[in-house]
Amino acid sequence: MATTATPETLPVHDDAHDLHSHADHKPPFFQRWFMSTNHKDIGTLYLIFAIFAGVIGGAVSGIMRAELAAPGIQYLSWWTSFLGGNGANFDETLHLWNVLISAHGLIMVFFMVMPAVIGGFGNWFVPLMIGAPDMAFPRMNNISFWLTFFAFISLMTSAFMPGGTGMGAGTGWTVYAPLSTSGSPGPAVDFAIFSLHLAGAASIMGAINFITTIFNMRAPGMTLHKMPLFVWSVLVTAFLLLLALPVLAAAITMLLTDRNFGTTFFDPAGGGDPILYQHLFWFFGHPEVYIMILPGFGIVSQIVSTFSKKPVFGYLGMAYAMVAIGVVGFIVWAHHMYTVGLSVNEKMYFTAATMVIAVPTGIKIFSWIATMWGGSLEFKSPMWWALGFIFLFTVGGVTGVVLANGGIDDNLHDTYYVVAHFHYVLSLGAVTALFAGWWYWFPKMFGKMHSEFLAKLQFVFFFVGVNTLFFPMHFLGMQGMPRRYPDYTPAFELWNKVATDGYMIMSVSMLIFFVNVIYSLVAGKKAAPNYWGEGATTLEWTLSSPPPFHQFETLPVIDDKAAH
Amino acid sequence: MTSANFATPSDSNTPKSNAKVGLSALGIALAMLGLGYASVPLYRMFCQVTGLNGTTQRVDAAQANAVAITDKQMSIRFDANTAPGLAWDFRPERATETVTIGARDMATFLAKNNSNRPITGTATFNVTPVQAGIYFTKVQCFCFTEQTLQPGEEVRMPVLFYVDPAIIDDPDTADIEQITLSYTFYESTKG
Repeated sequence: MATTATPETLPVHDDAHDLHSHADHKPPFFQRWFMSTNHKDIGTLYLIFAIFAGVIGGAVSGIMRAELAAPGIQYLSWWTSFLGGNGANFDETLHLWNVLISAHGLIMVFFMVMPAVIGGFGNWFVPLMIGAPDMAFPRMNNISFWLTFFAFISLMTSAFMPGGTGMGAGTGWTVYAPLSTSGSPGPAVDFAIFSLHLAGAASIMGAINFITTIFNMRAPGMTLHKMPLFVWSVLVTAFLLLLALPVLAAAITMLLTDRNFGTTFFDPAGGGDPILYQHLFWFFGHPEVYIMILPGFGIVSQIVSTFSKKPVFGYLGMAYAMVAIGVVGFIVWAHHMYTVGLSVNEKMYFTAATMVIAVPTGIKIFSWIATMWGGSLEFKSPMWWALGFIFLFTVGGVTGVVLANGGIDDNLHDTYYVVAHFHYVLSLGAVTALFAGWWYWFPKMFGKMHSEFLAKLQFVFFFVGVNTLFFPMHFLGMQGMPRRYPDYTPAFELWNKVATDGYMIMSVSMLIFFVNVIYSLVAGKKAAPNYWGEGATTLEWTLSSPPPFHQFETLPVIDDKAAH
Repeated sequence: MTSANFATPSDSNTPKSNAKVGLSALGIALAMLGLGYASVPLYRMFCQVTGLNGTTQRVDAAQANAVAITDKQMSIRFDANTAPGLAWDFRPERATETVTIGARDMATFLAKNNSNRPITGTATFNVTPVQAGIYFTKVQCFCFTEQTLQPGEEVRMPVLFYVDPAIIDDPDTADIEQITLSYTFYESTKG
């Protein structure tokens, strides 16, 4: 985007000249990081939190992959004892498996991907990209972060509470009744539900904040149709959060009263229906998967445009494709529950509606390719990650079209084919977009250049690792290996072994990530305001790296008619 | 918090204050929360109207009399279950019956309370294949009300039902040869 920023918005603080320039006056440590109302500091807090949660969630999946490397039960008994349970009790050992899969799903969805893309990059770059001084409700922003933090504490606490068969909540991230109601006595599931309440409230507040900021605080001349696509993606995501999360809140509140106060919303004994919970959960759950991926779409659009040195191909089509994905995402939920006994007509509807989503998604894929077509391409590390995203997300999208078919899903439901599908779009898609955004904006956020070599090396290990990890799961699923079991017949051993090897390759890439972060912060060169050069045209590149503590005290004016 | 305190140029740029937009967004969230709860009665109504999940239909005797009797036969299988912990014997008198489509039939279930306390039970029900739910019509059923059994008491409980002749014309159900009617008794939680 070719923008004209007024000179005052360019880095002006000269500390020798003005020790307490207002723009860079930072509060003392505790006040700055624990009572923060600054969108950049809160964004940083979210990113640190997401990395921390991601390490825990990733370690949990490491335990699972180790266990699944060979048939039989190898490590679970030891882990059961280690976590304070009775490893000699086989039921408790198997319960731990349920706890692990639940924790991995909940942590990665609510405490890694969402805080990183929405809380982290959203907070950091939405105000910068629209030329706003901060978020609309800075104090609510702070509440959102700390609610997310305590939500995580609540989830972690639940692992050490009795959950029926053993310690912890073993309900899956879906918390289906009746397993989560009559099947799981003890406070563990209550703590997990409370965690979802807190995280949900935090996200709803965050969504309100983003919507108000984007609608009300754009710089003069920044019309909706001139906003960078990342801002568009966060706007659509905020609406999805606003519409979907309250339904989850209602559903899990009903679970809570079913568990503790004798209501029977999901209990047939009192006239309820457990299938209703599934409908409510997936009415939230399907938009939720778009909540996780849409900001990634936005990040990738910025990066592809930057390193092609061209505006995004089909800007309006890209923006409204995201709107279309958001809208259609609300009317396809039952494709997650084809096997509950839907009629043929219902299956036909949900199959057709689900496949429609491939159209706007295809528009995005082809527009990214068309953006690169004829561009002056430069393969810096964020571009490697963005290209990886486009490939991996497309693979996941194709298996999604397969699973959309009600007839095929009867066979593939709850098999590893589904696991492979959603890890390709989330673990590989969303997370690859996260790393793309991280290395795109890392020097902007922290003022230090990272090692391009290490960021690319990390990509190579990550790309090889995750494909080795998840591609064989397609084969396992087609052969009928069910999800959510710690053991399997020896017939499935080969591809499980390969998947575990893939996990180890992927974990090397995480080591490289941390080495690069530490190297950059300690020894990285100071980053220029616009270190990516002429392709980077959005407003954050008009500011210093890192931007002043308070930016845009005089608002930039966008006068370019062909912006974006 | 509100824009008035800051008076940044963006405020003059937009007609609505931050508080107004923020409260509207909050209103949307609260409306969706309400919709989440409203879905409970809506879902029940939807199941009753469409026969979703094998929800059977219910008519009174006058409506049942108006149904045309066909010359086609249908096998009905009866299935009886009790919730874990409910000390009742519960079984159908006959496991299967062959009925004429459109004609009323009476099936009998037997229940016995094996415990030494009176127990009030309530039964849930559905049919499989679930597409048949919309055509499986009950005129009278013990499942419409709660049943209280004294210690050791045994009762015979009738179900008066018919299979709607429209089942023959529906392509989704035309090939169905047997419908299973299933009941599960729970101890009533309403006391």
